[in-house]
Amino acid sequence: MTRSNAFLPLVGVAILLAVWSLVSWLSLIDPVLLPSPEATFRTLWYGMIGGKLGADFVKTVVRTISSTAIAAVIAIPLGILLGSSEKLYRSVEFLIDFFRSTPASAMFPLFLVLFGVGDRTKISVATFGAALVILFNVAYGVMNARKTRLLAAKVMGASRTRVLFDVMLKESLPQTFVGLRNGVSLALVIIVVAEMFIGSTDGLGMRVFEAQQLFDMPGMYAAIFAAGALGYSLNLLFLVIERRFVHWAGR
Amino acid sequence: MIGLSTSVATKPAGLDEVTDCAPHVTIRGLCKRFTDTPIYEGFDLDIPRGKLISVFGPNGCGKSTLINMIAGLIPPDAGEVLFEGRPLSRVKFGYVFQNYREALFPWLRAFDNVAYPLKLMGVAKAERDRRVEHLVARLGVKIDLSLYPYQLSGGQQQLVSIMRALIVEPEILFLDEPFSALDYEMTLFMRDQLQRVFMETATTTLLVSHDLEEAVYLSDYVLLLSRHPARVVELVPFDAARPRTDRTMSEPGFVATKAHCLKLFQREVRRG
Repeated sequence: MTRSNAFLPLVGVAILLAVWSLVSWLSLIDPVLLPSPEATFRTLWYGMIGGKLGADFVKTVVRTISSTAIAAVIAIPLGILLGSSEKLYRSVEFLIDFFRSTPASAMFPLFLVLFGVGDRTKISVATFGAALVILFNVAYGVMNARKTRLLAAKVMGASRTRVLFDVMLKESLPQTFVGLRNGVSLALVIIVVAEMFIGSTDGLGMRVFEAQQLFDMPGMYAAIFAAGALGYSLNLLFLVIERRFVHWAGR
Repeated sequence: MIGLSTSVATKPAGLDEVTDCAPHVTIRGLCKRFTDTPIYEGFDLDIPRGKLISVFGPNGCGKSTLINMIAGLIPPDAGEVLFEGRPLSRVKFGYVFQNYREALFPWLRAFDNVAYPLKLMGVAKAERDRRVEHLVARLGVKIDLSLYPYQLSGGQQQLVSIMRALIVEPEILFLDEPFSALDYEMTLFMRDQLQRVFMETATTTLLVSHDLEEAVYLSDYVLLLSRHPARVVELVPFDAARPRTDRTMSEPGFVATKAHCLKLFQREVRRG
């Protein structure tokens, strides 16, 4: 990429900010509904450094990461197990697909009964959602391991266990990372939704919701941007880890 | 000696010269069907030791199936393959796939790909490194083995595959259309690399080829198969001195052998 092309992504941002500033300056939309960019980013800045928004941001990060981590610990070994036997996977495929398609938010009442009001419910619902996504991807990664590669290992005299650990596991890594990225995105969605109700006292979801209730529009937009930045960063973080650990993906 | 099945139509020429040499591989009564098509029916063949044999025949006649059954990748329906009386499980062999991209491990550096079979055998790291270095020196390979396979050209990747097959010092080497995914320039280069490997190691080698020029150029014998169910049409000897070069391909012996093989091949194709 040439140097000028590297700045292309900023063009869209500049246009958005320009339109927003113009609309706000000409008061085309009621300032109560759409505050100026300056007001919004000032609120975002002061909220993040030492304000309540920063504390809520950290809460959401911790919950999302915990959910994804727990989901990964459960789903990766299970996915490998299911994927290594196509028969086994086919026998539970319907269940996985069914619950993967069930909106995790529909599970809140159930998990509330099970775990009560608090972090445990939020984290378990998000874990549930993320785990299914990761499980499905890992299992597919293992099942779709290149036949030639498995055969190559077999022909060199690798035992079943060696084939599993030396080949299938490595082969499934790119797909596993796809699962982890999707999983963390889903976990974030679920956590933010969970923070909006059921007696939440903190987190980005609660911050957005409370700002709206108090008609604190700059605060609400600031919290939305914070959530967006979080989602984007988490995805980027996993991409960076993926590039490091799965250097061969797509080559 | 090279005994052939009773079903051989033409008595191969030049067999009497090698009668003093016991066969390396004996194949007896090999049968294989795919769905309803019999690919092999009571197939017999003796493979001499230390020779390079190209397997050539019409499309779908089961060239690859033959070496895959000998190498144990595909179980035969019936029949037996013995290596001087021993079963495959007691034989060290190397196998080179056509699709090097999918046969190498992209998560390992080329060096570790070559060393992997030794790792499976439980050879210690220092010894593995020593043996790979030794093989590199012996074959005169000039590839940066610290690179990952996807950083190498197609020919280099296939050369790494061949080295991986050779690292265990196999008594027999199988190659399934090893150069068919390479461009012509690289194919010519790789033929000579393989010839060098063969001259250096004198390993019994079975090469499946879909290119008659290549099959003759590289081989001591061209194994011509019929349409399925496959029979040995003829085991055509080609004894030009090695190293063979571009010039070999314009010599009368080469031209005559190739023409003979082509005539038999076309007769087989028309029969279908």
